[in-house]
Amino acid sequence: MTAVAAPSTELAANRKNIRPGRVVAWTLLFIGGLVMITPLLYMFSTSLKSAGQVYDLRLFPADPTLDNYLRVLSDGRFLRWFLNSLIVATAVTVSNVFFDSLVGYTLAKFTFRGRYFIFLAILSTLMIPTEMLVIPWYLMSSQLGWLDTYWGIMFPGMMTAFGTFLMKQFFETVPDDFIEAARVDGLNEFTIWWKIAMPMVTPALSALAIFTFLGNWTAFFWPLIVVTSREMYTLPVGLSSFAVEQSIQWEMIMTGAALATIPTLLVFLVLQRYIVRGVMLAGLKG
Amino acid sequence: MASIQLEGLTKRYGRVTAVEKIDLTIGDGEFVVLVGPSGCGKSTTLRMIAGLEDISAGVLRIGGEVVNQREPKQRNIAMVFQNYAIYPHMTVGQNIGFGLYTSGLPRAEKEARIREAARTLRLEELLDRRPAALSGGQRQRVAIGRAMVRDPAAFLFDEPLSNLDAQLRSAMRIEIKRLHQRLGTTTVYVTHDQIEAMTMADRIVVMRDGRILQVGTPIELYENPVDVFTARFIGSPAMNLVPAEARDGALSVGGSLLPGQGAPSTSQDGVLVGIRPHDLVIGQGNGEGGLALSGTVTAAEPLGSETLVHVDLGGTEVVATAPGRVVPAVDSTVTAQAAPGSLYLFDAKTERALGRL
Repeated sequence: MTAVAAPSTELAANRKNIRPGRVVAWTLLFIGGLVMITPLLYMFSTSLKSAGQVYDLRLFPADPTLDNYLRVLSDGRFLRWFLNSLIVATAVTVSNVFFDSLVGYTLAKFTFRGRYFIFLAILSTLMIPTEMLVIPWYLMSSQLGWLDTYWGIMFPGMMTAFGTFLMKQFFETVPDDFIEAARVDGLNEFTIWWKIAMPMVTPALSALAIFTFLGNWTAFFWPLIVVTSREMYTLPVGLSSFAVEQSIQWEMIMTGAALATIPTLLVFLVLQRYIVRGVMLAGLKG
Repeated sequence: MASIQLEGLTKRYGRVTAVEKIDLTIGDGEFVVLVGPSGCGKSTTLRMIAGLEDISAGVLRIGGEVVNQREPKQRNIAMVFQNYAIYPHMTVGQNIGFGLYTSGLPRAEKEARIREAARTLRLEELLDRRPAALSGGQRQRVAIGRAMVRDPAAFLFDEPLSNLDAQLRSAMRIEIKRLHQRLGTTTVYVTHDQIEAMTMADRIVVMRDGRILQVGTPIELYENPVDVFTARFIGSPAMNLVPAEARDGALSVGGSLLPGQGAPSTSQDGVLVGIRPHDLVIGQGNGEGGLALSGTVTAAEPLGSETLVHVDLGGTEVVATAPGRVVPAVDSTVTAQAAPGSLYLFDAKTERALGRL
């Protein structure tokens, strides 16, 4: 009897737990989710349509085709742009993870004259809009011969104030005892940072890597300015050229965009578990 | 192994002096405990020995060599921290072996040392586990293991048992003491817990306000404290202090004349009498010449083997002891007696010891 009665009691209890506030929250989350996922679904849907079907707004194409994918992938330019974006986003991400955390660690764990001033100076650069910096960046690239090169695309983002700030805040949560223990064990400061401090801020590193990669993978404004030859286009710049030069080929743009989301999804899928683990660890601490 | 000498060692943070001109010689293989309340400078002193704090003035020698300017790694010391400081992303084996990271030893030798340390600390079964899967005591043993493998000139312990529960702390005390007896490595141990100090130390250094108050063996400090602070700090429960009154050239406490003739005549109007709770016994005669104090029971704490009885002597409260099964009722009147020779006298003004009665 008890065994039979238990589930129904549980159900009743669960029903009681469904409060109106929760229903509202779930509804809002559902609507939010729908708003987020609809463009993505339409992107994939349009990529499976032929040129004539593009303005047929049905979510499921009447006559789905992979021709667009074959066309895009057989077009050497697309693969080149994809490679350019991959090189730029990867290099900038690695650079940010390395330098932002190195500077963040220094500001968090070393006491030296002017430390606070340097931190403020770095932070203050966050208040300068990119649009204001584009001309000096361009002039600099031009003088250094970096126009239309990978260096030219990458150099403004190789280290960021946001990343430095993020890493400094995380390194401050690493107890000094770990660092001092390593000092007593005979490690030099660089090895302490690399071997001890870095593994302890993996969630922050993952977050920084995801933000940086996404930001650079989708970057449009600066690459458009600094790059002149079609071979050096990054993917967003290249995709936009479908719209300018050959009227608007929505099915091609959407196919390119669909392919372009693959690396970002991969980066997120690989790194997100570290973020989740970090959140869990932070919850258990102390 | 090595001796450690502190000569006029001083640490200043701006205008604040955390440690002031302390002199101390720690013998080769000795187990010295620095004890004192929070902020007394004991951890700062340890950190100066470790090289984690710059020395503002004075000389520090390890093994006879001046090491003031040497980095921690050049001092050949190993330190165990209050928060264990074992690396969460490494296994127990990797943590223990990390102490040898810069040793340049062949891999086989490193492995052998790790196994030996793990065997000594009963961690062999846990070598592949991560710290998150260990208990507090096991984590502390890993931290000790990391220090052990290096075979250092000295071990420094900074309140290593503070985060453990009472039972585990007691077990680890014995374990660390046994380890010291076996390895014979010079050890400097910082704690604010006088029981740890008493049970583990060859010599105790009592510190207060950045200065050393007294250095001695546990029994020396217990029997002959130099001042009120040390007297109350060493021994649990803390020593009772009762002001003595001058009467006809003699001293009396709570209406009872102090025994013997040794009462100091020069400061009779400013004398504190110290009586350890275990020397102030309820319900037992202490023979001729003892001190008898009568008062009202305000609280009783039965501990099984004995009962701690709080007695109000008319404004001054003291803690006395009663045999285990005797639990005096609150508000009842009791008489507690102290045997001759168990009283400590202190100058009320300077708080310095004046002798014993």
